[in-house]
Amino acid sequence: MHHFLKGFVAACLLLWAGPVFSTPSGPPTGQKLPDFTLTFTKGSDPGNSLGLEGKTEFSIPEIPFDVVIIEIFSMYCPHCQREAPAVNRFFEILTADPILSKKITLIGIGAGNSPYEVEVFRKKYEIPFPLFADGDFAIHKKIGEVRTPYFIGVKKKTDGTHEVFYSKLGGFESPEAFLDRILDAAGMKKGGDS
Amino acid sequence: MKRRHLSGMLIALFFLFSPKAFALSDAFKDTIYNPGKLKPVDSVLKVKVGDPAPDFTLPSLNGTRVSLKDFKGKKNVVLSFVPAAWTPVCSDQWPGYNIAEDLFKARNTMLLGITVDNIPTLFAWTRQMGDLWFPVLSDFWPHGATAQRYGILRSDGTSERALFVIDTAGILRYIDVHDINQRPDLGVLMRELEKVSGASPH
Repeated sequence: MHHFLKGFVAACLLLWAGPVFSTPSGPPTGQKLPDFTLTFTKGSDPGNSLGLEGKTEFSIPEIPFDVVIIEIFSMYCPHCQREAPAVNRFFEILTADPILSKKITLIGIGAGNSPYEVEVFRKKYEIPFPLFADGDFAIHKKIGEVRTPYFIGVKKKTDGTHEVFYSKLGGFESPEAFLDRILDAAGMKKGGDS
Repeated sequence: MKRRHLSGMLIALFFLFSPKAFALSDAFKDTIYNPGKLKPVDSVLKVKVGDPAPDFTLPSLNGTRVSLKDFKGKKNVVLSFVPAAWTPVCSDQWPGYNIAEDLFKARNTMLLGITVDNIPTLFAWTRQMGDLWFPVLSDFWPHGATAQRYGILRSDGTSERALFVIDTAGILRYIDVHDINQRPDLGVLMRELEKVSGASPH
């Protein structure tokens, strides 16, 4: 056993010193979202779509919507760049619907992006929804170092707590199909009935 | 007892293999080799701000040869050296510059991307990034000669993650030999270019 232990520890150290191949995974569904706060910077929420005017920072459960969709993106990510128009369209569909617009909202968090870099992404793709910087990857680490773009759906429960109901990499082939998947996963029907 | 040891070790293994931080775009799928955390800087600079930038001529991905002197008297130049193709931070750097063409142009600046990889490797790697607007140059042979002249060739034959700003007179105006494990902030580079070009912030 002693020899086995020594060998095992040595093997661990060697493996640890070498390359890392594991695939990160995002926050699990059915559980609380890890705690983190987001900070408003100039232009974070140009349309005040979150209704949090006056605050300098906030946590996701403070957002006054039943459902919050979070896109983890990076201005340095080619897929995020390619999918940006479709994600914009998803937000437009939400805001154009008289019922969904009051229940569901969308924000973006730029993993490893400074506020400057987030604004470059916003201007390039004319992003209408709120974007926040996570320059030091602090939030990215908390949510499991996911690849980008990654989408997380958070739903408020009737007892005031919240849970993650959607947690998936990419897959934004169509804004309409994405909305259907979100409504289905959240247990909401089209037209906004929950 | 043995069983308890084993389960403890399995838990320890799980934490040992938990991934390190890098926001890797899904565009690269599972093709990126992660070398883990590297020595932040592993070379000694041979140039300083105020020096004339050493000239070079390197083959580019589109089949032409590009010389630094081609831009003298016309444009500022940013040299973006990245350590190696198919590695995490490098794969997430140039795609960002690719959506910032108007920011470079507004500062009368040409961007040149350089690695010590050969042309076929650079071709396959940059295909994942979409169509890049700036030249990508290969400092493969003689291996890393340009990186060596600037003093940014690491002991393992890769280059540093380094940015050099060169003005229209061919003078080095800003040097950032960055921690190889981290991506430089584009905002800092743009502010340095504003000082050189006199352009106002966007």
